[in-house]
Amino acid sequence: MIRVENLNNKFGHITTANNVSCHFEEKKVTVLLGGSGSGKSTLLKQMVGLGRPDSGSIMFDGKDITSLGRKEIYELRKKMGMLFQGSALFNSLNIFENIAFPLREHTSLSDSVIKTIIKIKLEMVGLRGVEHMMPSQLSGGMTKRVGLARAIVLDPKVVFYDEPTSGLDPIASGVIDKLILDLNKKLGVTSIVVSHDIESAFRIADKIMILFYGNLIAEGTPEEIKNSSDPKVRQFVEGSPDGPIPFTLTDKDFIEDILID
Amino acid sequence: MEAIAAIGRGTLGTVQTLGNAGLFILYALWAAVTPPYRFKRVIAEIEFIGAKSFLIIFVTALFTGMVLALQGYYTLSKFGAQGVLGSAVALSIIRELGPVLCALMVTGRAGSAITAEIGIMKITDQVPALEMMAIEPIKFIVSPKIIAALISLPLLTAFFDLVGILGGYLVGVLMLGVNEGSFFGEMIRATEFADIYGGLIKAVAFGFLISWISCFIGYNAKATTEGVSSATTNAVVMTSLSILVIDYVITSVLL
Ligand SMILES: Nc1ncnc2c1ncn2[C@@H]1O[C@H](COP(=O)(O)OP(=O)(O)O)[C@@H](O)[C@H]1O
Ligand SMILES: [Mg+2]
Repeated sequence: MIRVENLNNKFGHITTANNVSCHFEEKKVTVLLGGSGSGKSTLLKQMVGLGRPDSGSIMFDGKDITSLGRKEIYELRKKMGMLFQGSALFNSLNIFENIAFPLREHTSLSDSVIKTIIKIKLEMVGLRGVEHMMPSQLSGGMTKRVGLARAIVLDPKVVFYDEPTSGLDPIASGVIDKLILDLNKKLGVTSIVVSHDIESAFRIADKIMILFYGNLIAEGTPEEIKNSSDPKVRQFVEGSPDGPIPFTLTDKDFIEDILID
Repeated sequence: MEAIAAIGRGTLGTVQTLGNAGLFILYALWAAVTPPYRFKRVIAEIEFIGAKSFLIIFVTALFTGMVLALQGYYTLSKFGAQGVLGSAVALSIIRELGPVLCALMVTGRAGSAITAEIGIMKITDQVPALEMMAIEPIKFIVSPKIIAALISLPLLTAFFDLVGILGGYLVGVLMLGVNEGSFFGEMIRATEFADIYGGLIKAVAFGFLISWISCFIGYNAKATTEGVSSATTNAVVMTSLSILVIDYVITSVLL
């Protein structure tokens, strides 16, 4: 479905992708795990054409996203939905208009059809009845669900999720996990999830990839990742502060650093 | 050497920013005149920039006209020329104070809000969200604001002129007792079509400046809360200064 090949990207001296190659399979849930600042959001944005990598290719439906013009990317985007980290609802529009927005822009459906579609989508995310509220009146978990309803309103083939459970309590996280699985199992939506929530990844993933400061350090089924003997993967899975993944960013020796200053 | 290099870098940075601002406005204008048109968005923006400014413009204009009449009466009575008070008030307002004060008030009220709105849309990912929905953000957010400002400013300025003259009348005629006939007679005799026309040209130019600068700075704000708040301040300062400079330029060309 989506194939990333030899992707490289840097912002100044920060490397967000170092020769990354990976494959996101159709109708599967793939979770890209990594600590914050490891380049997950950047990779996700580049996969949908919201930013170009320094080099490498990203093949989507046989087309290289990194070299498409605006018109062609817009055409492809109609097959994609994205749930942003902060939901990105339009704060000037109520919930109904937020979800209706892509329909009004890209279809000529009548108001009554739009109304029905929105009822269906809100029912899917378990939020029927909030149509007339404003985004600022909803809790974090609820805005994520509205963001998801908006992302799927045009029935995309692929949905991208940026940290769908971050900042949510365990119950709200569980609800989002279930929604991601429902969409995938019932509608066959290819799901690409970027996250640092390991528990959630184990619950929803068909395949997990671990990104560490721009390097893809592991790839496999949840079972394989759980049983991996690679020390970096073990440290990540166990969430321990000590191990091959350094606690500080600089690789300068601490003693040297103190003595030289 | 360091200093020269720093000046060089600064100049390059400024030239680059100006270039980007130029491309930005060209793109926004081009997007505004190509379909699909966004009439509804333009109407909503006219309501925000124009309609919601009426009260503040009313108060500003009324007091400007009143104080002009007071000051004008004091000066003119030294020459025994109180009769021309009407034309003095009208010409200062129509040619100069109407367009400039109106534009400065709109900058404070709507320009700052535009910058903040666009900046906030950026930090909350609403701009990339539009992109993801295959909608051009500049066409959707910026173009309607530019068109709305181009329409709103001349209308607000005309309203300012009217209320300002009314303020002058209240103080000049009703309070200080200038003859009503000569107040309006002199005004009509001295005011030419070119004065009105020149004032409206300024209004259009200021509408353009306000929307251009506020949108550009908002759109390029650093994606942090501090970034947006400093962008808002910058936009108001930059717009106000540009209005005063461009006002001088237009006046000198029109005279
Ligand atoms: N547009 C950008 N310009 C410069 N640096 C950026 C930009 N976007 C992200 N970065 C930097 O790249 C690194 C990775 O960011 P990101 O992809 O958001 O990480 P993650 O989502 O894994 O937390 C961070 O250090 C971030 O500051
Ligand atoms: Mg991120």
